Amino acid sequence: MLDGVLTGSVYALMATGLTLIFGVMNIINIAQGILVILGAYLSYTLSVHFGIDLFVGLIITIPTLFVVGVVVERLFMARLKGPERTSMSILVTYAISLIIEGSLNMIYSINVVQLKAWYVDKSFPIFGVYLPYIYLFGFILAVVLLTSLYIMLYRTRFGASIRASLADQVAAALVGINVARVSTICFGLGIAVTAAGGMVYGATNAFNASTSYDLISRLLTIIVLGGMGSLGGALLAAILMVTLGDVVAVVWSPIWSSPTFFFVLVIVLSLRPQGLFGKQSARVA
Amino acid sequence: MTKAKPTAWSLGLAVLIVFPLIVTNPAWTSIGVLTLMFMACTTSWNMFSGYSGYVSLGSAIFFGSGAYTMALVSTHAHMAGGAALFWLIPVAGLVAMVIAVPVGAIALRVRRHTFVVITIALFFVFQLLAINASFTGGAAGIYIPLINWGASYYNVPFYYVALGMVIFATLLSAAVRRSRFGLQLLAIRDDEDRALGLGVRVTAVKLTGFVMSAFTLGMAGGLYCMLQGQIYPQFVFDPTFDITVALMAFLGGFGTLLGPLLGGLILEASQQYLTESFSNGSLYLILFGVLFLLVILFMPQGIVVAVSQWWNGRAQRRELAATTDPAAVGANT
Repeated sequence: MLDGVLTGSVYALMATGLTLIFGVMNIINIAQGILVILGAYLSYTLSVHFGIDLFVGLIITIPTLFVVGVVVERLFMARLKGPERTSMSILVTYAISLIIEGSLNMIYSINVVQLKAWYVDKSFPIFGVYLPYIYLFGFILAVVLLTSLYIMLYRTRFGASIRASLADQVAAALVGINVARVSTICFGLGIAVTAAGGMVYGATNAFNASTSYDLISRLLTIIVLGGMGSLGGALLAAILMVTLGDVVAVVWSPIWSSPTFFFVLVIVLSLRPQGLFGKQSARVA
Repeated sequence: MTKAKPTAWSLGLAVLIVFPLIVTNPAWTSIGVLTLMFMACTTSWNMFSGYSGYVSLGSAIFFGSGAYTMALVSTHAHMAGGAALFWLIPVAGLVAMVIAVPVGAIALRVRRHTFVVITIALFFVFQLLAINASFTGGAAGIYIPLINWGASYYNVPFYYVALGMVIFATLLSAAVRRSRFGLQLLAIRDDEDRALGLGVRVTAVKLTGFVMSAFTLGMAGGLYCMLQGQIYPQFVFDPTFDITVALMAFLGGFGTLLGPLLGGLILEASQQYLTESFSNGSLYLILFGVLFLLVILFMPQGIVVAVSQWWNGRAQRRELAATTDPAAVGANT
């Protein structure tokens, strides 16, 4: 239950990046899953080969993935235009994800690894159960990053231009916002959060490159459930997903914990096609 | 859009018919069967997704259901392995259609972009069901009755059945394309709200198209199950199948008739060849990804459209730019 809320916050962080990218740019980034794994492997390399602590390593990995995001956006995403843009973006990001997956397999082999640190092995007692410290630290990290993201979005001028682009790109461009630049930075930010998400994910799960399929399907369902483009929705849906999975695993069987969330998604969408907090009007004929 | 001449079509068909008579190496005919299977799947996928613009990434739901229909019926009915199993292939298609009704009813409640994601989610529901439900044999998979015609000749019957599927899917797709129903699907792709306003019953039309396209996908699943002799949930409910089928259609030409056939032919054949030549699967993933990226960026409308535009453009470039420039069309809507 409790670790559900704790890991849920990490999923929320990763899903926020995805929903931000979709909201501003109408791009569905299938590569988000593999980028989380890339972030995890970067932390792995830094900690194993250079002895840098996982959390300290984020000072390097977050900017690295931000740059990766900016480069990908400039090289590929900015070229996508026209009515089939969103569909094409799925294919392009899928292709990127295949290239990264192949490269990671070659560099790190397909054996699963897990990040190691003292706080991964040591546990602390809380409400009668023992949890590794990483859950607590990861939760704090996710809360700090999400809060700073929210402060940036809702309290700064740049954040206002991002929200304006989320609401209406054409109108935003008309009042003098450089939507192309906002898009590039947004894509970079959306990717940068995967560095932190990947580190915590890699410390709490054994992973290899193909783990990304499970991750991306979860992240996509989170943002659809929350309502695509809704930041608050992504947060709530992430916590809902992980908590629900844990409850089902305890009271019923671990086998059914992940299907349950997909079933919930299907039920919610039959009642509310736009998701819990979706603003887009999806007319039902 | 290209309209290849009837002679070109018959020539292509003739080549496909004689292929296994000339090339008898089982390694090659096996590539042939899989290539035809993907050509049929992609054509069928394109009949709904290509015409309506609703990109489905859940085609493995129907492929997998077809494969499981074949496996479960043949084992529970204690059928003898052999050509009689081919009769189960249409059954597999029908079961896939029945499954497509509720799947489509749920997934088609939302508009395009969310539809893509929901088909992925529904796909994972089916994969997890296949792994965890009691009647599917779980992760251990199912072995179907052994087919014991000779090894050198083994692929040939499958080849012709798969070819029949390709012909069926192509004719159906062509018929839909020319019908009033097909025009309604295309209208939905261009502007759904306007189509609705003009009296197209969009929900019914989309659902019908979705269910129709499940038929061939289910049959292909049944054929695949027979060919392999055994199935595992991860191999028939495979997320890369979803993506591969969509990719083939985009590569060849989304929404065209020839495109999916060409895309399936080029991609599956080269994919099989690359997998055999490079034992290193990771290098293959990278090559595949790069190829994929180049095609999307430089031929976003697919090979068929790119080639035909280049061909027509040589003679009448000015006319073409004035009348069918996609940017001008886009600006009007």
